[in-house]
Amino acid sequence: MNEKIHVKTKINDDYVEFLCEARQSLLEVLRDVLDMTGTKEGCNDGNCGACTVILDGRIVDSCLVLAVEVSGKEIITIEGVANVDKLHPIQQAFLEQAALQCGICTPGFIVASKALLDRESNVDEGRIRHWLAGNLCRCTGYDKIVRAVMAAQENTKI
Amino acid sequence: MQGDLILKNFQYSAPLTLDQALQYMDSFGSKAKALAGGTDILVQLRGNRFDMEMLVDVKSIPELNELSYTDSAGLSVGAAVPCVRIYEDSLIQQNYPCLVDAAYLIGGIQIQGRATIGGNLCNASPSGDTIPALIALGAEAIVCSKRGYRSIPAEDFCVGPGQNGLENGELLVSIKFPPPKLYSGAHFLRFIPRNEMDIAVANVGVALTLDSNKQTIESARIALGAVGPTPLLATTASDFLVGKEISDDNLYGAAEIAKQIASPITDMRGTINQRMHLVGVLTKRALQKAIERAKGV
Amino acid sequence: MIRKLDDKGISKANYKVIGTRPIRHDGLDKVTGQAKYSADINLPGMLYGKVLRSPHAHARIRNIDAGKALALKGVSAVITSADFSIQSDKVIDLGEGAMVNTGFLSQNVMAKEKVLYKGHAVAAVAAESMHLAEEALALIDVDYDVLSPVFDVREAMKPGAPLLHERLYHSSTPFIRPGGLKDDSDNSPGSNIASHFVFELGNPKNAFAEADIIVEREFQTKPVHQGYIEPHAATAIWNRDGKATLWCSSQGQFTMRDQSAVLLGIATSNIRVIPLEIGGGFGGKTLVYLEPIALLLAKKAGRPVKVTMSRKEVFEGTGPTSGSFMRVKLGANNDGKLVAAEGVLAYEAGAFPGSPVNPGVQCMFASYDLKDVRVEGYDVVVNKQKVAAYRAPGSPGSCFAVETVIDELAEKLNIDPLELREKNGAKEGTRRVSGPVFGKIGYLETIKIAKSHPHYIEPIKRNAGSKVRGRGIASGFWFNGSGPACAIANVHSDGTVSLIEGSPDIGGSRAMAAMCVAEVLGLAAEDVHPSVGDTDSIGYTSNTGGSSVAFKTGWASYEAAQDIKRQLIERAARIWDVDPGQVEMDNGTLNEKSGTRRQFTFKNLAAVLLSTGGPIVGKAAVDPAGVGGAFALHIADVEVDPETGKVDVIRYTAFQDVGTAVHPSYVEGQIQGGVAQGIGWALNEEYVFSEDGTMLNSSFLDYRMPTSLDLPMIEAVIVEVPNPGHPFGVRGVGEVPIVPPMAAIANAVYDAIGVRIRRLPINPPTVLEAIWAKDGSGRG
Repeated sequence: MNEKIHVKTKINDDYVEFLCEARQSLLEVLRDVLDMTGTKEGCNDGNCGACTVILDGRIVDSCLVLAVEVSGKEIITIEGVANVDKLHPIQQAFLEQAALQCGICTPGFIVASKALLDRESNVDEGRIRHWLAGNLCRCTGYDKIVRAVMAAQENTKI
Repeated sequence: MQGDLILKNFQYSAPLTLDQALQYMDSFGSKAKALAGGTDILVQLRGNRFDMEMLVDVKSIPELNELSYTDSAGLSVGAAVPCVRIYEDSLIQQNYPCLVDAAYLIGGIQIQGRATIGGNLCNASPSGDTIPALIALGAEAIVCSKRGYRSIPAEDFCVGPGQNGLENGELLVSIKFPPPKLYSGAHFLRFIPRNEMDIAVANVGVALTLDSNKQTIESARIALGAVGPTPLLATTASDFLVGKEISDDNLYGAAEIAKQIASPITDMRGTINQRMHLVGVLTKRALQKAIERAKGV
Repeated sequence: MIRKLDDKGISKANYKVIGTRPIRHDGLDKVTGQAKYSADINLPGMLYGKVLRSPHAHARIRNIDAGKALALKGVSAVITSADFSIQSDKVIDLGEGAMVNTGFLSQNVMAKEKVLYKGHAVAAVAAESMHLAEEALALIDVDYDVLSPVFDVREAMKPGAPLLHERLYHSSTPFIRPGGLKDDSDNSPGSNIASHFVFELGNPKNAFAEADIIVEREFQTKPVHQGYIEPHAATAIWNRDGKATLWCSSQGQFTMRDQSAVLLGIATSNIRVIPLEIGGGFGGKTLVYLEPIALLLAKKAGRPVKVTMSRKEVFEGTGPTSGSFMRVKLGANNDGKLVAAEGVLAYEAGAFPGSPVNPGVQCMFASYDLKDVRVEGYDVVVNKQKVAAYRAPGSPGSCFAVETVIDELAEKLNIDPLELREKNGAKEGTRRVSGPVFGKIGYLETIKIAKSHPHYIEPIKRNAGSKVRGRGIASGFWFNGSGPACAIANVHSDGTVSLIEGSPDIGGSRAMAAMCVAEVLGLAAEDVHPSVGDTDSIGYTSNTGGSSVAFKTGWASYEAAQDIKRQLIERAARIWDVDPGQVEMDNGTLNEKSGTRRQFTFKNLAAVLLSTGGPIVGKAAVDPAGVGGAFALHIADVEVDPETGKVDVIRYTAFQDVGTAVHPSYVEGQIQGGVAQGIGWALNEEYVFSEDGTMLNSSFLDYRMPTSLDLPMIEAVIVEVPNPGHPFGVRGVGEVPIVPPMAAIANAVYDAIGVRIRRLPINPPTVLEAIWAKDGSGRG
């Protein structure tokens, strides 16, 4: 019953293959099989967003996706947000606005914020807070995170 | 805590046809479960809630992914359609805003991209956030097995806390909603202690139809959640409103009657007194909003 | 927002780097996912470890049979308490002034004869995969003799209550905080009260008799968790020479090393602890949990082992802070002068002694200039998780009680709450109830700034639709701390400096340390590259906690930079062939004071070091005194829905004296983060227990911490009254922000709906019950 399944998928624009058991989540496979530890485990039950990745254009909690489900799909993780030579505006904004303290929730927030700014322009504080309600931060009180998203939005307009 | 958190391995299949899926459901019987969004079932599997051997991923089955609407036939939502597809659909926004209310409230954005109302219904939680909306809107669950199709009214679908009325071998295929009548309006709301991410302490779905003068209530359906072993259709409260004028007294009266079928418990999410009180408050507020929508406000 | 004040006697230095906001040096790794946290280590041949935990709140362990688990293919090792070294009564200094009883610590890491809470670790396995390890746990048979538990602090204090430790030592001072067991010759009756003590100043009894008005109230709080998003994890590997390497995130790599070494019965030098990035601690990562387990499993298995906790295990197997029962009595004269104060605090320690009731009693009245005060504290064991430090441990609960009573007094006296605090505020020379006298502090300055702030001046709009709004104010105090800290700074030939210091970086402290070095040497912050050293590569540095890092590690970095400066001056003097007294260094340049007035920039001199005598390394080892306490004053606006009991915080301003803000963004961040935790504590967070002691809400779904949708923007107003005891005037900032929010919100709720709530959390059912009790309707 523990035979592994062969999965072919695309992660950060690269074609990737791996073997996994049916019970392994995408989060587990990213971290333990593919050694992509940028995506974090905070709760493993979809309540903190630290494991957020983009799956076929939508943000999901990778702890609630089985690795076998991503066959033929496209995934973007934190490791794929920056360009080779340049940070994404949201990453730059997080640094400039001091929107991180311990940084454990930061990958999840950056992926989630990137997805928001990719889809919508002219987001206000309320929309940002609502979009990010699935990402928990215990260090910052969210103030500087929200400001960073607003600043990144300004920068992408320029 | 010993032994209560093992996730045993299982078989996984992603059938491309309904027949193939039904074949699996039939041969594995009670040891098969359907996977749509996974936001409930994966958590439950990790909590060792079922003895499961086969997980049937239904997301590739065409019938379960259909979303169709006509003015005459109404709305059909495939069981595997995620909430985000529902609330982003302009026809649903226009004709079933109550469904949008509910779909938009389930979890955060990450959850909404995966969770389905089909899954929410099958999960049969007493506090499931779509179920009172389904009941209020008069939805029917279309279920299939190797033996053929049958339909179950939403208010009869849940038979106990976490228990749905599906038999072994059955799969929820879609949920059908009647077309909206003229001068009708519906609303769903819930109470949670934070502003997102919580299980409802109490939730209410209300649908009603007004007469052409928009002064009198011609029909009403009030559904309550999280205040009983299953979501409930408050028939007596609903009937009370038929033929009544729109007035604060009448809305309040219906809300008080609705409390009569509620049997809330005290748990880590709320107390009996609080929940009973909320039935009154939420029913009244839902009625007011449904009336606004019916009036075209 | 920063308000600098004139400061008599301390020159208001013109800083170049201190007070600016450079991008933090570790930021790039963190925003790209490159930074390594405790669970991010993967080693070749690594096994996965999981811990078996008690299903009972109180039971004797009769037998543990791991035979079937070991027989499972892929399982390499199983350990129990038998694998730990026998412990004596030795104590280890944890660095926050707290000490540790190693016998109790060992038993908390792995239960020995008894399990004392549901979730208490009992055994652990190492296996080829995490799933396999979990399957192995289910095969371990533990035979328990279930005993009656006790959960409530007042029940536990009663004679006849079930005893957690038959021979628990009962202390009448607060100074043996970790507690211990009685001597064999001691036949006093058993108790769950580990310590009971009193501090008294003046004659409160008489003073109350003279007071015009007295208010006395009781309060209750529940255990709450620090809620760090990163669960604990530890990875260990042994060399054949008997030395081990341990990777973990913690608030103190030296504490992890020392506590693990003691529990294993080996020399501290046999363990090298490499600190990884830490995903939040707030006090909860200052004790070992998994570290000794990883070491023992790795030793037995002969392979590296990574042990992790699930979120449920974090809640059920680590240390929240104490639930409590409190009584506060305050007496005042009609003119608003506080004349007498009394407090009684009973704090739950959990399974082993060591609640923060002592800091609780010391902080509760510290904001006020009182001559007649009595405080009494009880440290009580109950069958719940052993508590660990949580941000200003002890103070948030007791200040919630006091600040609520102050608000009630202000109303009865018809005096504005800020005026009342200003009239009675602690200042230089005020003596605390435990004895120490305040040096230069900034409480009154903070109040003055608050009085002129729009949040105080602009009236609140009472009604918002069907909801009502209210405003509340509260103060808070925290001592702050210090401790040993070391720093090494290397000058590179390209004119940059690498700094190694010993403080795990929770909130941006390595940037702060780099800025201190940059300030001394006249460099840009970007030209100093900070890193956190492991236990072999940097000298002993006490925990990142107690709001001590900017103070002690900032100081160590400052001293290391001064050491470099001295050596650079000597080197320039040698190159110029003059006496070192002829050379000075200012603003990054070395100048010959007279004669030909030659010059070196830092960069130019750095480039020739190797050819003029060799590299220059600065070092420092400090244990500085001169800590300055921190005061905070918060204003909260809430909106209450009286029909549902829901409370929303709609506006929040936090004023705090920080001494000197080295990096203002991260100082603001500490303030905002503490406020957010305080709001969660105020409104929704609590451990919910079933009758048998199971924590029912051990997930982020039902342990309800604020999301981004639950909070407003949090305005942090930095007040600077420099601490004369520190070269840059630094006062610790991290902890006091969590102290005022609960009372600020409780007072705001009272302002909105006219009901005083004296228990936490102020959640919707509690608000509804309070409203119904007030209007007599008393029903649902």
